[in-house]
Amino acid sequence: MTGTAAPIIDIRDLTVTFIGGRKPVHAVNGVTLAIQPAEVLALLGESGSGKSVTLRSLLGLHPPGRTSIGGSIQVAGKDVMALSGRALADFRGKTVSMIFQEPLLALDPVYTVGAQIAETIQRHEAVSRVKARARALALLQKVRIPSPERRLDAFPHEMSGGMRQRAMIALALACNPQILLADEPTTALDATVQIQILLLLRELQRELGLTVILVTHDIGVAVEVADRVAVMYAGRIVETGPVREIIRNPRHPYTQGLLASRAHGAMTGSRLDAIPGSPPDLADLPPGCSFAPRCKHAKATCVETAPEIRSVTADHWMRCMLDAEAAE
Amino acid sequence: MLFYALKRLIYVLPVAFGVSVVCFLLVHITPGDPLTAVLPVDASAELQAQMRAIYGFDKPLPVQYVIWLGKVLTGDLGTSIATGRAVLTEVSRAVGNTLILSAVATIIGFFLGCLFGFVAGYYRDSAMDRLASTLSVLGVSVPHYWLGMVMVIIFSVQLNWLPATGAGPGGSAEWAWDWDHIRHLILPAVTMSVIPMGVIARTVRALVAEILSQDFILALAAKGLTDRGIFIHVVKNAAPTALAVMGLQLGYLLGGSILIETVFSWPGTGFLLNAAIFQRDLPLLQGTILVLAMFFVLLNLLVDVMQTALDPRIQRG
Repeated sequence: MTGTAAPIIDIRDLTVTFIGGRKPVHAVNGVTLAIQPAEVLALLGESGSGKSVTLRSLLGLHPPGRTSIGGSIQVAGKDVMALSGRALADFRGKTVSMIFQEPLLALDPVYTVGAQIAETIQRHEAVSRVKARARALALLQKVRIPSPERRLDAFPHEMSGGMRQRAMIALALACNPQILLADEPTTALDATVQIQILLLLRELQRELGLTVILVTHDIGVAVEVADRVAVMYAGRIVETGPVREIIRNPRHPYTQGLLASRAHGAMTGSRLDAIPGSPPDLADLPPGCSFAPRCKHAKATCVETAPEIRSVTADHWMRCMLDAEAAE
Repeated sequence: MLFYALKRLIYVLPVAFGVSVVCFLLVHITPGDPLTAVLPVDASAELQAQMRAIYGFDKPLPVQYVIWLGKVLTGDLGTSIATGRAVLTEVSRAVGNTLILSAVATIIGFFLGCLFGFVAGYYRDSAMDRLASTLSVLGVSVPHYWLGMVMVIIFSVQLNWLPATGAGPGGSAEWAWDWDHIRHLILPAVTMSVIPMGVIARTVRALVAEILSQDFILALAAKGLTDRGIFIHVVKNAAPTALAVMGLQLGYLLGGSILIETVFSWPGTGFLLNAAIFQRDLPLLQGTILVLAMFFVLLNLLVDVMQTALDPRIQRG
């Protein structure tokens, strides 16, 4: 999928630091990512690895007073960091839209689902109320909500979890965005509903040619929908490559640990192979490789200097120095 | 919606019954016979018995209650012992005056309270928040009769801008919407508005802060709404609770304005209650309390129905 075409999303050396608290928290520490049009990228990592923070930066959603952001973000030819006020609001939902982890919390409880979708359409396009409502209905049909006419006037609390997430997807697609950001879209759902939502996302992505960034902590979800995976740890991308390549040939010790800790494929009765220790304190990051304290292959050099990004194959990159020594 | 309103209306009946029983018993719980206030101290036992029979006090209590209730339902609240006028006439005039005072005070308090509450909630922990929060805490903590006296000293005695007492020129108790009457309304209404202002400001501040911390605010920003668009959502989320608090405050003011009405000699229910207590005018006291209590019940009903109309989650709950 990594062609030579111009990327639709180009993130260079992104850093996000929250400065509200007692100590600055370095949530994202130099993320560089290029995503091609119609590509589906899964941003994989555990809680606090900076994946959601990276995603929100793409929409400029961090409160300016309490965050300091570095690097550059180009999305569909626009410099997101230079946007503000009205221009930023015009960009959000129109070029790039977002779906959230818990649709019950992400939908306004006192507005009907139809009103919320129509509001988005009327915000970005000069259409009448009636027409916006008709389009909202078409969107609900598109995401295959049962009896969509009735759901148009339903409140979020009157719908099931899966239906709410479908409504959220309809809302996100209301203004035909080029890019869809999905922040753990299936985490709050039952396993059976999860797979339906993922299939729907994949189908809509193909049909509409959407570029998707999907944030998840679940490798299974990434395998299901993504073309490419980027593994994040402590605010950095530690390994990226095509999804099959990453599953079959993980090179970074953290990715290897993640794959080994899955229940899937493990022998019954055997202990799951968990990664020892816990992620580093983002307010107090170690100078060298941030995974070194938990890495079973770590050497003295790992603790001292941060590893550079290196190529494994043409489209498989990672950030670890051990593999280089082992390979040579 | 209509069904809910009707159902809620039916729930009012037992409450209203309870209220009427308590009001009726009030006269009989209080020490001393209501007649002792009007009869001369040396009245003969014969005369006392005669008077009891006239007022119906010689019959057993349940019978007295049924007779009393029957009269109340037909609009007869009895006769004031002190003035000899019908209690209903006295009470309805006082209720009108109190309603004007409380409603104006609640409206002022609601607008100022919402203003302070939204500013404080939106700019949390800023200097604006601290100023608005201090004002609202002062509003609920300063004794309002004291504030009333201070207002009288400043605006009536020192500056001589506004009249200190009464509801109209020449001590008239009849209300009219002209400047001569409104002049009299300003000081008591502003003094009274301080209480709902403080309560509403604090409620709205907490509400706004809570709403702004929710995920859907971020989602609204992510779909491209401007700060003004998001503000409308915040208002709609805060409205049910804010209106409920406003309704309850209006209820409290309707019944609990004895102090302010006395300070400003405002001819409302509080003033009337005060007079009825000191003159031992039991029929008047009974009638006033009954009317005020029913007001409170109906106001609660109104708030409930309004809240359901505004917040779709309540009806099913």
